[in-house]
Amino acid sequence: MSLLETRTTSAMLYLDGVHVSFDGFHAINNLSLTLEPGEMRAIIGPNGAGKTTMMDIITGKTKPDKGEVVFDGTTDLTKLDETQIATLGIGRKFQKPTVFESQTIEDNLLLALNVDHRVRGTLFWRRSEPESKRIDRVLEIIRLGDARDRLAGSLSHGQKQWLEIGMLLAQDPKLLLVDEPVAGMTDVETHQTAELLKEINSHDKTVVVVEHDMTFVRELGVKVTCLHEGTVLAEGTIDDVSANERVVEVYLGR
Amino acid sequence: MPLIRLLRPSLSRLLFAALALAFVHLATQPALAGPYEDAVAQFAAGSFADTEEAIGKLVASAHPRAATIIVALQDGRLFADPDAKTVFIKAEDGKVTDAATGDAVAALPDKASAVRLNNKLRRAVSGAMAGLTLLSPDLNKRIQAAQSVFKTHDETVLPTVEAALKAEKNAAAKQAFAEARAAILLFKQDASDVDKLDAIAVIKARGDQEAMALLTGVPAGQSAAVTSGIASAKAAIERNLALWSMVQNAWYGLSLGSVLLLAAIGLAITFGVMGVINMAHGEMVMLGAYTTFVVQEAIRTRYPALFDYSLLIAVPLAFLVAGAIGVLIERSVIRFLYGRPLETLLATWGLSLIQQQAVRTLFGPTNREVGNPSWMSGAFELGQITITYNRLWILCFTLAVFAILLAMLRYTSLGLEMRAVTQNRRMAASMGIATSRVDALTFGLGSGIAGIAGVALSQIDNVSPNLGQSYIIDSFMVVVFGGVGNLWGTLVGAFSLGIANKFLEPVAGAVLGKIAILVLIILFIQKRPRGLFALKGRAVEA
Amino acid sequence: MTPHILTRSLNRSATVFLLVLAALGILLPLSNLLLPDGSFLHVPTYLISLFGKYVCYALLALSIDLIWGYCGILSLGHGAFFALGGYAMGMYLMRQIGTRGVYANPILPDFMVFLNYKELPWYWYGFDMFWFAALMVLIVPGLLAFCFGWLAFRSRVTGVYLSIITQAMTYALLLAFFRNDFGFGGNNGLTDFKDILGFNVQADGTRAALFVLSCLALGIGFLICRAVVTSKLGKVLIAIRDAESRTRFLGYRVESYKLFVFTLSACMAGVAGALYVPQVGIINPGEFAPGNSIEAVIWVAVGGRGTLVGAALGAIVVNYAKTVFTSGPLAPYWLFMLGALFVLVTLLLPKGIIGTFNAWWEGRKEKDEARDRAQRDSATAAAAESAAREDGVIERTMVKR
Repeated sequence: MSLLETRTTSAMLYLDGVHVSFDGFHAINNLSLTLEPGEMRAIIGPNGAGKTTMMDIITGKTKPDKGEVVFDGTTDLTKLDETQIATLGIGRKFQKPTVFESQTIEDNLLLALNVDHRVRGTLFWRRSEPESKRIDRVLEIIRLGDARDRLAGSLSHGQKQWLEIGMLLAQDPKLLLVDEPVAGMTDVETHQTAELLKEINSHDKTVVVVEHDMTFVRELGVKVTCLHEGTVLAEGTIDDVSANERVVEVYLGR
Repeated sequence: MPLIRLLRPSLSRLLFAALALAFVHLATQPALAGPYEDAVAQFAAGSFADTEEAIGKLVASAHPRAATIIVALQDGRLFADPDAKTVFIKAEDGKVTDAATGDAVAALPDKASAVRLNNKLRRAVSGAMAGLTLLSPDLNKRIQAAQSVFKTHDETVLPTVEAALKAEKNAAAKQAFAEARAAILLFKQDASDVDKLDAIAVIKARGDQEAMALLTGVPAGQSAAVTSGIASAKAAIERNLALWSMVQNAWYGLSLGSVLLLAAIGLAITFGVMGVINMAHGEMVMLGAYTTFVVQEAIRTRYPALFDYSLLIAVPLAFLVAGAIGVLIERSVIRFLYGRPLETLLATWGLSLIQQQAVRTLFGPTNREVGNPSWMSGAFELGQITITYNRLWILCFTLAVFAILLAMLRYTSLGLEMRAVTQNRRMAASMGIATSRVDALTFGLGSGIAGIAGVALSQIDNVSPNLGQSYIIDSFMVVVFGGVGNLWGTLVGAFSLGIANKFLEPVAGAVLGKIAILVLIILFIQKRPRGLFALKGRAVEA
Repeated sequence: MTPHILTRSLNRSATVFLLVLAALGILLPLSNLLLPDGSFLHVPTYLISLFGKYVCYALLALSIDLIWGYCGILSLGHGAFFALGGYAMGMYLMRQIGTRGVYANPILPDFMVFLNYKELPWYWYGFDMFWFAALMVLIVPGLLAFCFGWLAFRSRVTGVYLSIITQAMTYALLLAFFRNDFGFGGNNGLTDFKDILGFNVQADGTRAALFVLSCLALGIGFLICRAVVTSKLGKVLIAIRDAESRTRFLGYRVESYKLFVFTLSACMAGVAGALYVPQVGIINPGEFAPGNSIEAVIWVAVGGRGTLVGAALGAIVVNYAKTVFTSGPLAPYWLFMLGALFVLVTLLLPKGIIGTFNAWWEGRKEKDEARDRAQRDSATAAAAESAAREDGVIERTMVKR
């Protein structure tokens, strides 16, 4: 651990030798991964490959048994909790869209805004002009502008996905972790989502996308990492990875 | 007097040897003068000194009638005719017998008067009584007598004790005699230091509260060696007592733990396995206790001979009654509330109020009498602690219930289905398991076990409508402390809480001890929110 | 507080509630004090005290609704905060008795003389001063809630676990206050009060004043709750209630929010208890009984949790029913009724009276709107479903490639 304090990397996200096991089951096994600032990376892998657990580790929900997780060159994420990590500028969209269903779409975005998140700050918070503008802008991007006063619970599955991406935008993090963003979307929506993510990425945001939908991954056109049994199986362009014998083996079984 | 005392041991030794012979003679020739007859006749001599001597001789004779005579003397029913040198016993119903032979006599002679006693003689009489029972053919009586001598450490019976010690074959009685002798020697003014130190060693070996009391009671003014011997013996006994009191606390703790486990084990199923917060769990226990009451009432009025089997009959009935009500509750209320634990909590609290009030209406608000069958009454000694049979049976019963439940979950198809449904409801359903039936049966099982617990708890607690309430918080504490969803955790949780409680009690008092336990659990849960034996992994978050 | 907060806090139902409360708080005492005894509109003093008691319960219910309805914290130990506030007030009232007690000791309350106390325990110091007692009414429950909450929320004890340990907390306090050597009168508690701030607690005027104060406290408590729940903090609380872990990932320190609202709620419960004690004339350890706390939760459930107005209404309705039942020939059936209330409300009326009414009202208002939207939604849902089906296909084709 003392090594960590002196080491700095140029990477936005740096995982090295990470292990996690639950009651003897090795969910993550010697996982190493590096993301440069401004990079977008797609993560694929069969069920149980450890994709979601990896996200849990980065966001502080699960503590690794051993290994290093470093954010933005210097920050050791294993010592922080979810709140601190989120405050650092890591945003996450969940596999199952998780929005605040009993609140309006506008309020969902309002909650996500990266303003003072302390108790006193929220108790005496009053909306300012730039904040209103930002919410309007996000609503426009996620195409829910005319539904701003509807309860988030009344949205369709795809709309919830978009709202959650919208919350990520409002949060304005440096690193975005996006878990299965296009599940339950139409082809058109999938395409739009890919465009949106590319757009976000072009504004110097680092993005990690976990997805099963290969058309979507292909459309993103970024470096792909394939996980299997908690470790990196292959890395490269989508064509390289899907041509990889071991990847094929893992997906097909022997 | 000292002379006689010195003579006595040899006298009694002779006597024991000749006893069999003497009996033959006595039976055939009652008039023949022997030590016994002499002794009896001496009661007629009149002086206190003679009476005292007579008592000594009588005891030494170890004659079967000696005790009768001494008792009569003690009660003032021993009459002597100073002229004829004959002695009579007037029984409580007024019948008169010849003291020496036991033959009936028509009436007391006119000259006969009661043998008088003074205080010194009264002591001699009670010492004689002890001396006589020391020689009793009944083993238990001998041990009892030795123990009473240990407490009174009366010097006058020393010769008898020593004689008895020599003649004794039984190890326990021998031990008791040796201790009695040691007690007497310790208190004897003129005993040598060597004797006294030996005595201290024997008493130290006994090592109980009474040994402690005896040592504390030794008058001051002993030699330095004896004083320091006593001090070190007292220290040793104190350590020994501390050890035993720990054993005692541990037993009480185990006993309390078994009660907690019994109360919590059903909850470990409904809350631990199903995740249903059943606040009416305590009332299931109460229903079990009332079932026992009803069974006993029925037996008392119809088949009193079956009373000893009442609990055996009550156990399956209580299981059925509580289990059936459990299934009813699950089907009518709880199944609509799955996934809403806080609502379940409130609804079942309401059910508990209804059940309490229903029982109060049916059986009255006061405690009902539930009896202990003979095999659950009484106690036995183990070392220096007393173990009551009902507590012991409850411990065994609890462990048996636990083992059966564990086996049931592991080896029966219902157990398999239960585990399947808890682990993955949708998967279980798609494999053809009727999940709602399993839910109902699981809840019924948990409730039924609570009912069984009620049968056992009726033996040690008041059977009243509030019975369940006193267990509900404790039960939840046990399950949460042990780790939800883990039967072994419940076992460990129950016993560790029980033992911790009983070890805290002597230090902090019963109520503060309980408060301390509650506070400790609250702190513990905050340290380990999922209990001692927590499940880990992603599934837990759900 | 800025006017902004006030306007935000006062929606229509809140205004109606406050107006009704103000009307009752003014009219009932006036009728009691000014109208002659025989008059048709005269409210007798015993009713004023009874209503005062209900108002205190309403404030307790409000404090429970704030944490349960808005933050999902089901406390089964709020009776403890209520009772602690009550004891703080009771201690002041005991010290006011002075030499008028049976043993006429100027310093020691009667029970201490009776139990052979030689001097006043240190924790009774200062309770002869009203301002100190009033401060303690807030501080004692608040501090307990803060310490308890700090431990519980920091280690993420949630849901039923939290409920159970709050119940254990009040149970432990119950056992402690029953003890004579704890210094709070043991079993009998504190009673035989004489006067408060120099006014006889039995006098009509004092009773009416206490009633007015209770109404005022309820009104202020209600406004504070409204201000909290309509602020952004209120939105965070609801977010925590609905998806605690999600809220953390947005960068909110959930435990701080819970701690704030839990402590605030405990202070409100303490005030309710403090106003309750002089009106009923006694405080004893029975107030700590776990059953009391759960009963208070059901008031909130009956009225409608997460509505504030509903909580207050529920407390009054249930307690009125309790008074009617337990004083009449139906007394043995009250527990059946209460038990059934628990079951039926959770099963059939999960939103409570006000919640159900609101849902019906809004449902009617938005009926037309909803019909339009439903058509749109079903279209998108169908699209999503077909996409999901394709998902699997896509994966298989990828492998073949």
